[in-house]
Amino acid sequence: MRQIIIIGSGPAGYTAAIYAARANLEPLVIASSVEAGGELMNTTEVENYPGFPDGIMGPDLMAKFQVQAEKFGAEVIYDDVVSLELAGEVKKVTLGSGESYEAKSVIFATGSAYRKLGLPEEERLSGHGLSWCATCDGFFFREKTIAVVGGGDSALEEATFLTRFASKVYVIHRRDALRASKIMQDRAFENDKIEFIWNSEVASINGDAAVDGVTLRDTVTGEQRELPLEGLFVAIGNDPRTHLVHGQLDLAEAGTIAVDGRSSKTNVAGVFAAGDVIDPTYRQAVTAAASGTVAALDAEHYLAAVEQAESESLALTH
Amino acid sequence: MSTAKSVTDATFQQDVLESDKTVLVDFWAEWCGPCRAVAPILDQIAAEHGDKLEIVKLNVDENPQTAVKYQITSIPALKVYRGGEVVKTVIGAKPKPALEADLAAYIQ
Repeated sequence: MRQIIIIGSGPAGYTAAIYAARANLEPLVIASSVEAGGELMNTTEVENYPGFPDGIMGPDLMAKFQVQAEKFGAEVIYDDVVSLELAGEVKKVTLGSGESYEAKSVIFATGSAYRKLGLPEEERLSGHGLSWCATCDGFFFREKTIAVVGGGDSALEEATFLTRFASKVYVIHRRDALRASKIMQDRAFENDKIEFIWNSEVASINGDAAVDGVTLRDTVTGEQRELPLEGLFVAIGNDPRTHLVHGQLDLAEAGTIAVDGRSSKTNVAGVFAAGDVIDPTYRQAVTAAASGTVAALDAEHYLAAVEQAESESLALTH
Repeated sequence: MSTAKSVTDATFQQDVLESDKTVLVDFWAEWCGPCRAVAPILDQIAAEHGDKLEIVKLNVDENPQTAVKYQITSIPALKVYRGGEVVKTVIGAKPKPALEADLAAYIQ
């Protein structure tokens, strides 16, 4: 049996692994098969992670997190958790391969998943002009007219990145002000290829074989209009990835996993949560990393208490 | 990166379209993280089902003609060819069980 299993390999998961490994808890990290490294794997330059004044590419940063965790003894498995048994003192984690692992504690750091627009044509046009990954797919839109939906940092980062390829990038935003940081806004406003379409949402994505435009709905007047496009990138936010623990862990109103105060403690003893999956507000690499630290320290205290209780009960029986 | 054989604009006709086998082409690029993630899974599927499905890869950066011809706008894109025709398309990196389910008709 393991001391600790960490589910997730973004900044929260790997930071928890670094701390747990340094506490000699020999953590097992279930990194996921196709999303190892988490959300930063699909970003380009990360400019706000302290310690990298010249910026660092998202995938490079995550590779460093992993190297640091492994250096202290963390073991990484590239597979996906398909089921969890969290109640009781022994937690059981079953993977896509069919293999199961047991541990005294679990840190749940599965992050969040891209939010979809919720339109019926989304599935059909995915990969046919509709994309969720600018760094993967921007290349295919050289000299094309495209749009990004969203108003946060990710949306503006994508829009700015996409101007390397596209001739025109619209940013479609529901409101008339952006959530994005000032520096990202300034960069986008200064970019000649970017044009903002305010107070608008996508009513439908149009095109038979591939995207050829969208129907926009004005969020103030309700008026609709057509916008011809050759590509559409969606960056309207993320939802915490909690489906594995539904019915086992309490959720907060925001849909994130509920934790006790500033700790990482869930409602189940020995189960801790960290990173974007508990955070509806800040969702930064550095806050996720900090949250991973909190979870590792909480788990360490829990495991010490469990061990103490076990040795005391042993002493009583002898 | 994957151990799959590379096909190119020059060899696509012969290696894929005129092949007497069912061929899965993995359209990928160096700068695509999900492509790197799915490559070892495709290697595993090739190792287990290579007799039924040949798996090859095409670098879209170096082979734009084929990428344009098959209207690739999102990678990884996995296209299954049989008798010169595309019979199945899977977009995006997926875990092995999900990919096996998508490809069930060609690996069972």
